[in-house]
Amino acid sequence: MDYGKLGLKMGLEIHQQLNTEHKLFCPCECNLTDKKPDKMILRNLRPTQSELGKIDRAAFEESRRKLQFLYDSYDQHTCLVETDEEPPHPLNPEALEVSLILASLMNMKVVDEFHTMRKQVIDGSNTGGFQRTGLVATDGFLETAEGKVTIENLCLEEDAARRIGQKKNQTVFRLDRLGIPLVEITTDPSIKHPEQVRDVAYQIGQVLRSTKVKRGLGTIRQDLNISIKEGARVEIKGVQDLDLMPKMVENEVKRQINLLKIKDDLKEKEAEVEDEILDVGELFKETESKIISNALKKGKKILVIKLKGFSGILGREIQPGRRFGTELAGYAKKMGVGGIFHTDELPAYGITSDEVENLLNYIKASENDLFVLVADEEEKARNALMEVERRARMALRGVPEETRKALEDGNSEYLRPLPTASRMYVETDIPAIGISAVYLNDIQSNLPELPQEKKQRIMKKYGLSEDLATQLVRNDKVDIFEKLKSEYKVDPTVIASTLAYTIIELRREGLNINLLSLEVLGDTFSLIENDTIPTAAVSDILRSVAQHGCTPREAAEKEGLKKLKESEIQAIIDELVQENQELIKERGRGAMGPLMGKAMGKFQGKADGKLVNKLLREKIDN
Amino acid sequence: MSYRGLCKEFLESCGVSIGDTVLVKKKDIEYRGMLLNRSKGLDDIHLVLKLDNGYNIGVDITDMQLILLEKGEKPKIELPPLEVEKDPEKMDISIISTGGTVASIIDYKTGAVHPAFTADDLLRANPELVNLANIQGEAILNILSENMKPEYWIKTARSVADEINEGSDGVILAHGTDTMHYTSAALSFILKTPVPVVITGAQRSSDRPSSDAFLNLMMSVTAAKSDLAEVMVCMHATENDSYGFLHHGTKVRKMHTSRRDTFRSINTQPLARIENGKIKILDKNRGYNKRREEGSLEINDDLEPKVALIKSFPGISPEIIHYHLDKGYRGLVLEGTGLGHVPEDIIPALERAYDIKVPVVMTSQCLYGRVNMNVYSTGRKLVASGVISARDMLPETAYVKLIWTLGQTEDIKEIKRIMQTNLKGEIEEKTSQEYFLI
Repeated sequence: MDYGKLGLKMGLEIHQQLNTEHKLFCPCECNLTDKKPDKMILRNLRPTQSELGKIDRAAFEESRRKLQFLYDSYDQHTCLVETDEEPPHPLNPEALEVSLILASLMNMKVVDEFHTMRKQVIDGSNTGGFQRTGLVATDGFLETAEGKVTIENLCLEEDAARRIGQKKNQTVFRLDRLGIPLVEITTDPSIKHPEQVRDVAYQIGQVLRSTKVKRGLGTIRQDLNISIKEGARVEIKGVQDLDLMPKMVENEVKRQINLLKIKDDLKEKEAEVEDEILDVGELFKETESKIISNALKKGKKILVIKLKGFSGILGREIQPGRRFGTELAGYAKKMGVGGIFHTDELPAYGITSDEVENLLNYIKASENDLFVLVADEEEKARNALMEVERRARMALRGVPEETRKALEDGNSEYLRPLPTASRMYVETDIPAIGISAVYLNDIQSNLPELPQEKKQRIMKKYGLSEDLATQLVRNDKVDIFEKLKSEYKVDPTVIASTLAYTIIELRREGLNINLLSLEVLGDTFSLIENDTIPTAAVSDILRSVAQHGCTPREAAEKEGLKKLKESEIQAIIDELVQENQELIKERGRGAMGPLMGKAMGKFQGKADGKLVNKLLREKIDN
Repeated sequence: MSYRGLCKEFLESCGVSIGDTVLVKKKDIEYRGMLLNRSKGLDDIHLVLKLDNGYNIGVDITDMQLILLEKGEKPKIELPPLEVEKDPEKMDISIISTGGTVASIIDYKTGAVHPAFTADDLLRANPELVNLANIQGEAILNILSENMKPEYWIKTARSVADEINEGSDGVILAHGTDTMHYTSAALSFILKTPVPVVITGAQRSSDRPSSDAFLNLMMSVTAAKSDLAEVMVCMHATENDSYGFLHHGTKVRKMHTSRRDTFRSINTQPLARIENGKIKILDKNRGYNKRREEGSLEINDDLEPKVALIKSFPGISPEIIHYHLDKGYRGLVLEGTGLGHVPEDIIPALERAYDIKVPVVMTSQCLYGRVNMNVYSTGRKLVASGVISARDMLPETAYVKLIWTLGQTEDIKEIKRIMQTNLKGEIEEKTSQEYFLI
């Protein structure tokens, strides 16, 4: 595809949890828990006015679903702030500091005064009905191979509660995640190529990794904004895999192109969407379709709408394996129905071609017309069909602005309309926080190295291999490495490989590596520095420490890993020469090789090879 | 204009006012947005801008160039009007609002949650209420409940009486939660009501989606339509948005600074439980007044507000008592320790009160349980000094009752008799095992 010609524009939005001691507005820890909740709290949310007096479109739609929410809460792990039973405590200064570091690393302009806002979110994921968020900085940039990308905004906000299930009408959320500090980083929509999106995401990831952020699954979430000329802005939420990004973009571009094509075709067919919703239960009294007859038995309604000129359109593929009908179904499902039936996929599901014909006649459908049918409780079914009508009308205009959810195959499905800016109002419980030039200067003169810079530097400075340097950076071991290196005269590769590999191997063996403190590591390297143990003994020493909780010196004693004194070595060599007199007679100096091998076998690393070599040679020569 | 000092001068010199769309130019950054009000108490060197993306930020005016892009109106908060026709099938319920959290919205002046709603706004924000009854709204005060005072109790009681006399089948009073239990006690003593009088409020402001105001109001309408002709407090019973309690107006207290279920019945059980529009009587022993025919409303709003509520504490000085006597206080309620004690060296001051005919009523800061000054010697000395036991009455209720009683009589014996007689459920003879920490 010629993305330039299509006018493809993309932006990235990245959410990253911070690894602070406490949550953003309360003293609870920032960890998730799988423990059984101590209490379940039942709540309802109602949309309210925003600061400008407009009710947000997305909030309004959510309220129509009248959902109730259950919250898993804990006596100790969570507190009254998460349950919305207590006003927020003052903003966590550690989180603000991390966000200022990140802003500075991305060359952003920090605001003079930070204001906490309430972003209305009434899907239940926030107990208050809003997420607290504030703008920290704007207008930065990152360099990529394809050019500069503007980092538009960096916001500091609280993470939402974790959705963990559904009980009838009630969505169950767990409060452990609610309130964990999160930074939201958005680029401007100037990214032009799918590969560049991946590159920007990677770079932002590198910046994030240089500060106190959480690692692991679910701690980072990436959303993509995509539009093409004539198309519309669509936000795809939750793109997990960086490598999937280019495919995601490609599929969305295909979708928008196909929707534009559908728009043209609908225009040609003079397509129209009417408001009328008909009850056609009578037509299905004798139906063999289990879904329909079961619905009728339960007193549910069979409702249909006619879409003029839509015949054939709903069956059309708009993303690999996804049809336009699936888009309509996505809207209907938000009203709580299981799905929709439409002419383009019938007869099927036990609905016969006669029934389809009957129904088409009943609604006076002409050749190009199509029906959409829903079987459910009347209010649900009616709301669902109204949503289908709404979406069908959008098709007449082209691509609707939407928030969509990323699917694992690189496609996406409808989530909700794009939120409008009016869902923000000021959090009155948190005073504005001034960010002084002095404070900011202090942060900016102590910025952490970016991972890539750090790796290059330690490779050059200490002569480490790229592999070792990468491991140290990835596992956050560079600081410890440099500290140990500065204190002990030991080969940097030995220190680095101990930190990068040995300790991890010991952990895999199931040993308690918490016992391997900085002090233990230092003592171990000091034994090498003083020539008390051979380099090769590090792993055995640390294993012994982890097993027995002893000191490295004790471990060296216990495991017999101490190097031998010269006199001890001399004695063993004397003995060896004595035992092999015949060989020496036979071969003279030629016996060095085999005897050296035997000697090293006896010493098992406890003697320096050069010394053994020297002593042995002297002995043979004598 | 809420800006002051440097900001105010700067804005005036630029011809910019609140609601205008502006371009802010600083050395290395530009912002476009709408100028908002600034909270009182913040410095005078930052402007508050609402950016196009919805975020507010503060911008330092130092070296700032401010360009007016478009004149704007100060954003107004308005709810869609609600037009309802009276349904003769439904009961007529009045909602009287006094301000406080149940009726409030964000205020640009202070940037804080502030009472600003009219009773109409209350209805507009909760249109579901009109499905339950013909609702008539009136705002008589617009104060935070910490600013309540006895003269407002009278004003409130008279408004309630007016509504009932004009045919209301039940009255709901929307009230801030801080002093709700004082007002509920005051209305209990002032009014003899033939219909339900229900006081309600919210612990989470009504500007947020999670506000408890809506459910509390819905439950209050149910209570106001019931046959419980009592003054009651109706609030969340638990942290859940599921059911509420109706508490006797004289035996209820705010017990938590922030939780939804802050109101608790003390030394009694809640009168009833309300869930899904249904009322279940919980306290079957006590009984209650049933809805009566029209015209049986009585109001007695003679009050003597010069009463103080004084908490005893280790080291309390007799000066505090003397101060109140010197200042002409007409009655004192003591919140004593334990069974109803104050340090012995306070007793002479209390004797002075007795001598100059200022009644002193003893309650307990334990809140739970009953005053009994016969157990320890200090207590016996207090009785001998003429201190009146409030029995199991809450300190706040005793305070309100003494204000009302002093409005009825000046005779010390009569005051003592009234204070120790159960008039409105404020005193129970029996202390049940059930009555602790519920």
